[in-house]
Amino acid sequence: MSNALDNSMLTLITFIPLAGAVLLMFFPRRDRDIRVFALVVSLLDFVLSLHLPVHFQRGQTGFQYEINHLWISNPNIHYHMGVDGVSMWLVVLTTFLTPLCVLISWKSIHERVKEFFILLLVLQTALIGVFVALDLFLFYFFWEATLIPMALLIGIYGHGRRVYAAVKFFLYTMVASMFMLAAILWLYAKTGTFDFVSIQSAIRNGQVENFSGAALWLFLGFFIAFAVKVPVFPFHTWLPDAHVEAPTAGSVLLAGVLLKMGTYGMLRFNLGLFPEQSRSNASWIMVLALIGIVYGALVAMVQPNMKKLIAYSSISHLGFVVLGIFSFTQAGLDGATYVMLAHGVSTGALFMLAGILYERRHTYEIAEFGGLAAPMPVYATFFLFIVLASVGLPLLNGFIGEFLVLSGAFRDRAVYGIVGATGVIWSACYLLWMYQRVFFGKVTHEVNLSLPDLSGRERAALWPAAVVALVMGVAPLLWLNAIDPAVQTALAPFAQLASRMVGR
Amino acid sequence: MNNTTDLTQAIPQAADYVRILPEIVLAIFGMIVMVLDPLMDERSSQKTLGVVALIGSLTALIATLFQAQYPGLGFWNMVRVDSFSVFFHFLVAAVTTVVILTSYEYMAVQGIRAGEYYALVLFGALGMSLMSSAVELVLIFIALEISSIATYILAGFRRRAAISSESSVKYFLLGSFATAFFLYGVALMFGATGSTSITVIGDALRSGQIPILAYVGVALMFVGLGFKVAAAPFHVWTPDVYEGAPAPVVGFMSTAPKAAAFAVLLRVMFEADAPGRVWLIWVVAALSMTLGNVGALVQDNVKRLLAYSSIAHAGYLLVAFAALPNNGIPAAMFYLASYAAMNVGAFAVISHISGAGERYVTLEDYEGLGRRSPLLAAMLTIFLLSLIGIPITGGFFAKFYVFSAALQANLVGLVIIGVLNSAVASYYYLRLIVVMYMREAREDVPLPRIPLGLGAALAISLVATIYLGVLPGRVLDYAARTAAEWAH
Repeated sequence: MSNALDNSMLTLITFIPLAGAVLLMFFPRRDRDIRVFALVVSLLDFVLSLHLPVHFQRGQTGFQYEINHLWISNPNIHYHMGVDGVSMWLVVLTTFLTPLCVLISWKSIHERVKEFFILLLVLQTALIGVFVALDLFLFYFFWEATLIPMALLIGIYGHGRRVYAAVKFFLYTMVASMFMLAAILWLYAKTGTFDFVSIQSAIRNGQVENFSGAALWLFLGFFIAFAVKVPVFPFHTWLPDAHVEAPTAGSVLLAGVLLKMGTYGMLRFNLGLFPEQSRSNASWIMVLALIGIVYGALVAMVQPNMKKLIAYSSISHLGFVVLGIFSFTQAGLDGATYVMLAHGVSTGALFMLAGILYERRHTYEIAEFGGLAAPMPVYATFFLFIVLASVGLPLLNGFIGEFLVLSGAFRDRAVYGIVGATGVIWSACYLLWMYQRVFFGKVTHEVNLSLPDLSGRERAALWPAAVVALVMGVAPLLWLNAIDPAVQTALAPFAQLASRMVGR
Repeated sequence: MNNTTDLTQAIPQAADYVRILPEIVLAIFGMIVMVLDPLMDERSSQKTLGVVALIGSLTALIATLFQAQYPGLGFWNMVRVDSFSVFFHFLVAAVTTVVILTSYEYMAVQGIRAGEYYALVLFGALGMSLMSSAVELVLIFIALEISSIATYILAGFRRRAAISSESSVKYFLLGSFATAFFLYGVALMFGATGSTSITVIGDALRSGQIPILAYVGVALMFVGLGFKVAAAPFHVWTPDVYEGAPAPVVGFMSTAPKAAAFAVLLRVMFEADAPGRVWLIWVVAALSMTLGNVGALVQDNVKRLLAYSSIAHAGYLLVAFAALPNNGIPAAMFYLASYAAMNVGAFAVISHISGAGERYVTLEDYEGLGRRSPLLAAMLTIFLLSLIGIPITGGFFAKFYVFSAALQANLVGLVIIGVLNSAVASYYYLRLIVVMYMREAREDVPLPRIPLGLGAALAISLVATIYLGVLPGRVLDYAARTAAEWAH
């Protein structure tokens, strides 16, 4: 009984939002009902997804809750899903953020409400699918499927230059994922399967012909698709535009989950399929990550626009993740995964907070605010809490991940750790400085005096994020004991690589 | 005794007629339409003749299914019914059905007298069907002419628009030039091998020294067919003709005759194992993809945009031709099916929106369509996403099979060109989607309701597009059977 449930669990979690979206299509256009329904569907999905960590066999390596059916016989495509410690938590992160997105869009979306929530739920299905797919084809399918709802969310519900931002977002990621598709097709042509596990073992046992010649190109094909998504330094220019123009819920999912698709992909596919190439290319990738950390932070510092500031801070934080992944140490990968989760929660919350302010004043310009602590004390408290979590204050979620990443980076090469550590300082600078300019001092603009504080609905959206940020900071083992075995599996070939090198 | 056997051999048997059953059905219904036409006044002719034509194309569809159970050669080895020909018969009949359904509303809105129109559509379909089952070069030429002449006239059917006549004349002049090339190629082939039967030619080419004439013959036939499928560098007519011709006709001639011409190409190139085909096709494929997509980038007229897109798609298709037969044939067939589904669907939407005199065919006219008609916009979006090649649409698997076939044949360079091209292509399709959803309409042009016929046409193309995108297995397996049949 429980086995049958376990087998269909991932299917349920993935497709419940889609089913909700399909039902929504037939709803009459009564906005309130639509919102409530979307909330119920997303909450249901969240509750179901909690089944995964509760019944997860910790300490076991390999994938769990696996389901593997033949979907299409030619080409040999399987409906193969499964999660390990890393992807499981990313799934839960997605289902956790979506209800909050529904809550935060309750009032701010008042036109074409139905379409908005349909797109949001479709996006959720695609995002979860990316994390649970173990068939390369299925993975690519969900990967591309995230693109359309996200681009439409930005392009229809965004702000001023939304069309430009949506098209830029679409084209950047589309072009980059073409390279990944080419690499996937090559692997299929040589191995006759899309199955991640089979391809992995075929590569490890040297059963793929011409692999050594093509491996570097395949590695790069995957890497470029993921690097644009993350985004790694020179490919980052779509991100600030997309974030600034996106509606709040779009930004939350974009920063909270979409960017993690890239880092997850690096962890799963770049490291999983091409360990040697990952090793030999690690140095320049880590340099790019470091540039991202410092550059993102410095640019964030001078942003006059609150949302753009948070967007650049994402570039900086995601730099930590890449740094951790390519350090090939237990601590580094644990930390990278943890930063992914922590960043999802705290930056998601930051975007919600910025959105709440935008709903009241219709601007993100920091100069338009000042002294908001007086009219909006509860809001100011939440904001401070989340800022501190994001900065990496010990006992909050940001600290654990960044600490682990930096210790991993140190072990790899001290200079990486040192430069990376400055990122923590920079983030304190730009976030606290922004906080000071927005909340402290006198109220500089008359309109701000009468701004209403948080409503019950807004608090309902922020409380969960704040609580999770605290719990993640106090009891990281709840998460790490599932992540650890997955990371060990990912690192196993690297230990062999290292011993082989020593043997020489 | 001897005399009787000669006699029985000289008289077609029942089996022979079964082998051309769909063609017979189409011819009969085409003639019924022509006979009924003068007996009716214009008003009632619109509907009645359309329904007769619809019944005709549906009957052809059923005849195809019936015929599928009796594979084999007929008419003294001139036609051959195999899973390949059945596939294309089905495709042509299905496209014809959808086009006829689309035309009801269009003909009424444009005020075009419908009689000859439906007859010509049926005759055109006849020619295209015959092209896919003929295995005799002269018969192929005749079928090609039947199909071409019908489409030349159809292109000029908006008699009141000068641009339509221009399109027709252009198509006719260049088209006859191209068929002349084809015929010349056939003649040279006959000179080189002493036969016009594809199988005999194939055996002759495989058995020994290939005469230089055969190379020239294949090249000339390729030029003729390259024109028909709008492959670069024989593509220059396409945008002008598509712009001028009536929208449903463009939907028709960008899919059915193209599929038929590709069918001939497949027969000629693979079954006859034409010498030196790979590099010829390699160059033409790369050129078509690139010129088509780059040309489409700057178009403001939706019909012209899709004309360039069809050039590009011909290029993707040719990638499959460059690949090895075993994987290339099913890939090309699948591509043709899904391209037909999405393109006919897209043109159905376009002909509905275009309005009287085809006034609304520029990108600007699509502004705010997402709000004015969410249903139409959503459908067109799905067709466009399929043309881009986004998963869960047929267009994705079509590209997928083509590129993996090419990779298995180690044509890595061509695949890279193709992949980069599809990235470029996503830009201009996306532009149309952006215009529909993210711009506001300048003037609120009311859209007519979707009539029953058009609704059915849209539903068929939509279901086909999605079906091919979610469960491509059956169609591909069927196509793969062809490759197996030819491999013996």
